[in-house]
Amino acid sequence: MSDIPLVPEPVKPLPFLSEKEGLLSWVATVDHKLLGILYILTSVFFLLVGGIEALFMRIQLGTPQNTFLSPTAYNQLFTMHGTTMIFLAVMPVLIGFGVYFLPLQIGARDMAFPRLNSMSYWLFLFGGLLLYYSFVSGSAPQGGWFNYPTLSEKPYETGLGSDYWALGLAVTGIGSVAGGINFIVTALTLRAPGMRLTQMPMFSWTVFINGFLLIGALPFLNAALAMLLADRQLGAHFFRVQGGGDSTLYQHIFWAFGHPEVYIMVLPAFGMLSEVIPVFSRKPLFGYSFVAGSTVAILFLSFGVYAHHMFTADLGPVWNFFFGAASALIAVPTGVKIFTWIATMWGGKIRFTTSMMFATSFLILFTIGGITGVTFAIVPIDWQTHNSYYVVAHMHYVLFGGTAMAVYAGTYYWFPKMTGRMLSEKWGKWHFWLTFIGFNATFFIQHILGIIGMPRRVYTYPDLAGWGIMNLISTIGAFLLAFSVLVFLINVVISLIKGERASDNPWDAWTLEWATTSPPPIHNFDQLPPIKGRRPLWDLKYPNDQDWMRKENDPMKNGEKRRSSEE
Amino acid sequence: MSTDAREARRAEMNLGKDATNARDMMAQNSQSPQTPFQKILLDPSKMLMVIFLLSELSFFGALITTYLYYQAGGIKGPNAKEALNFGQTAIFTAFLLGSSGTIFLADRALVKRNRRALVFWLVVTAVMGLIFIVGQGIEYSTLINDNITMSRNLFGTTFFTLTGFHGMHVIAGLLALSIMALLAALGDFDSGHSSALTAVSWYWHFVDVVWVILFTMIYVIPTFFG
Repeated sequence: MSDIPLVPEPVKPLPFLSEKEGLLSWVATVDHKLLGILYILTSVFFLLVGGIEALFMRIQLGTPQNTFLSPTAYNQLFTMHGTTMIFLAVMPVLIGFGVYFLPLQIGARDMAFPRLNSMSYWLFLFGGLLLYYSFVSGSAPQGGWFNYPTLSEKPYETGLGSDYWALGLAVTGIGSVAGGINFIVTALTLRAPGMRLTQMPMFSWTVFINGFLLIGALPFLNAALAMLLADRQLGAHFFRVQGGGDSTLYQHIFWAFGHPEVYIMVLPAFGMLSEVIPVFSRKPLFGYSFVAGSTVAILFLSFGVYAHHMFTADLGPVWNFFFGAASALIAVPTGVKIFTWIATMWGGKIRFTTSMMFATSFLILFTIGGITGVTFAIVPIDWQTHNSYYVVAHMHYVLFGGTAMAVYAGTYYWFPKMTGRMLSEKWGKWHFWLTFIGFNATFFIQHILGIIGMPRRVYTYPDLAGWGIMNLISTIGAFLLAFSVLVFLINVVISLIKGERASDNPWDAWTLEWATTSPPPIHNFDQLPPIKGRRPLWDLKYPNDQDWMRKENDPMKNGEKRRSSEE
Repeated sequence: MSTDAREARRAEMNLGKDATNARDMMAQNSQSPQTPFQKILLDPSKMLMVIFLLSELSFFGALITTYLYYQAGGIKGPNAKEALNFGQTAIFTAFLLGSSGTIFLADRALVKRNRRALVFWLVVTAVMGLIFIVGQGIEYSTLINDNITMSRNLFGTTFFTLTGFHGMHVIAGLLALSIMALLAALGDFDSGHSSALTAVSWYWHFVDVVWVILFTMIYVIPTFFG
C-alpha cells in the first residue's frame, strides 16, 4: 500500500464524536453516519449470536445419532438462526451501509428524514430484543424462519415462542418500511445540484430500488404476522384447518413477502460490488444503464416468482408452470449483472486488495448459488431437492457466498472512510482465505448431502455410508468460518487502535463520499465538486478527459483510451 | 410558550434544513412551471405520505385478498348478510365520507390563510371521524352480544381483522387531526402552506377510500347482490 499518501496523526481521533461526547450522543443521535454505524454494529452483534446458534447445530450434526441437543432445542436453534441472520444481521447491515453512504454518495447533508431514520434503527434493535426475549419467556419459536402454520399454531406450539417471533418481526418490519420510505425520498429529493438520477453511483441506485422492495414486500409480512397473532391470541381461524382456515394461504402471503426479501438482501450487495470492482479495476462500471435497468427488472420480477418456494405445496400444473418460467426469467437480469462485472474487470488494471479479493470470490460463489437456484425453477428437480440440504447449500451460497462476501468487500472498501483508518491488509488476507476455505468446506458438501437425500431441519440422521464423514467435514468448515469472523473482529480492533491513517481518498475512487474527509465531518461536505457526470472525482482529477466531454459514457468505446490516460 | 421560543425550538429541531438546500436550488433553477408530479417530487413530506400510502396498499391488499378468498370458498355459520346492520353502518359511513369533504374545506381555509376557518374545519373533520369510530364500537358490541366474535367462524375472523385495522387507521388519523388542529390554533400554519397538513389530509382521504372499498365489499354487495 505504498501508494497511500501519509497523513499525520490528528490530535483527536474520530472528530465527529467530539461534537457531543458520550453515550448519550449515540442514543440521541439523528445523524445518518452515527445511525449507520449503530446499524452495522448491532447487526454484527446479532451475526455473532446467530453464528453461535449455527455452531451448536453443526456440533449436533457432526456425528450420526448425536445426542448433544434435544430435538426441541435443535428446532429452536435453527428457527432462531434463520430469523436472526435474515432479519437482524443481513437486512440491517445493508440498511446500515445504505443509511451511511446514500447521503454521502449523492452529496447530501443527511437523510431526508433524520428522526424517522433514528426511529427505524431503534425499532430494529428493540424488535430484535423482543424476539430474543422468547428465550427468557421459556420457549423460543420452533417453526423455522418462515414459521408455517400449522406448526406455529396453538395446539402444536403451546409456548409463547411464535408470539414473540411475530411481534418482534412486526416491530423490525415497521422500522424497515420507514427506512425504505426514507431511502426513496432521499434519493429523489436530496441529490446534489447537477446530479441526475442517471448519474447516481450504483450503490445508491440499488439502495433506492431496495426502498421500493421494502415498502412493497414488508407489509405482506406484517399482514401475515397480524393474522398469525390473531389466530394464536384471539382464537381466529385464518390458518387453522379445524375452523375452516387454509394454511396454504399463509404460505402465499408469506412468500409474497419472502421472495422480494431475497432481493432486499442482495440488491445493495450488488451495489457494493458495482462500487468496488470498477475502483479496483481502474475502469468505469461496464454498462451502467444495464446494471441499473436490471435492478429495476429484478424489482418487478421479484414479486412474480414467489410461489417457487411452494412447488411442494401441490399448487397444480398451471401455477407450477407459471412460477417455474418466471423464476427462470429472473435469472436473466442477475446474469446480466455478473457479465457487466466481469466485463468491468476485463482488461482492467486490477489491484487485488482484500476488498477486491472478496468481490472476486463473490462472482464465483454467487454464480454457483445462482446456478443451483435456477435448478429449482425446474419443478421436478425442486420436488426432489426442496426439503434437502441441497436447498441449505444453495441458500448459503447466495446469502453468505453472495451477500456476506460483498459486505466484506464493502467493509474493507469503506472502513477508511468511516473511521479514518485503513483495515490491515495482512490480517485481511488471512481473513479472506479463512472465510473462503471455511465457507466452501461447510457448504459445498451439503449439495451432495442433499442430492443423496439428507433432509434439512431434522436434528439427527442415521449412520448411512458417507453421511457421517461429510457432515463432519461440514462441521469442521463451520468452525473455520467462525474462526475467520474472529480474525475479522481482531483486524477491526487492531486497525481502529493503530491502523494506518486513511487519506480522504485512499483508493483513488471517483464517487462523492471520497470528496470529504475521513471520517466525514458532522455536516458531511464543506464544498462539493461540480457534478457533470457519474464520476465527479475523476472529472476533477483529469479536467481534460472528463466523462461528460464524451457523448456517451461508454466504456466499450473509451475503455482503452481511458486506461492509458491514467497511472 | 411564546412565539419566539417556538420559532427557536423549531429552528433547533429542524436538522434536515441544511439537507434541503439542494432541493431548493433545483426548485429555483427550474424556470418552467411545475407539473403536479414535480410538486410532489420537490416536497419530501408529501412524497413520504404517497410512498407510505403505497405500502399501506400492500398491507390492506393482503387482508382484503384474504377476506375475498374465504368468502369465495364459502363460510359456515353467520355471514355478512345475516350478521350486519346495513342501514346503521350506512349512516356512520356517511359521516366518514363527509369528513373527506370537510378536510377539503380545511385545505381551502389554509390557502386563504383563514386561521379560524382552518381550525373549525379540522375540528369538524375530527368529530365526524370520531362519530364513525363510535358507530364502529356500537356495531362491534352488538355483534359480540350476538356471539359473533373473532373466534366464532371465518366471517368473524376476517370481518373483525379487516374493519379493526381500518378502525385503527381512523384512530391514528384522529390523533393526527387533533395535533394539526392544535398547531393551527397556535398559528403554525398562518403562512398559507403546510406540507404536514396536506400530507395528513391525503392520509385521511386514503382512509376514506379504503372504507369505500370495505363498505362495498362487506356491506353493499352481500345486502343487495348476495
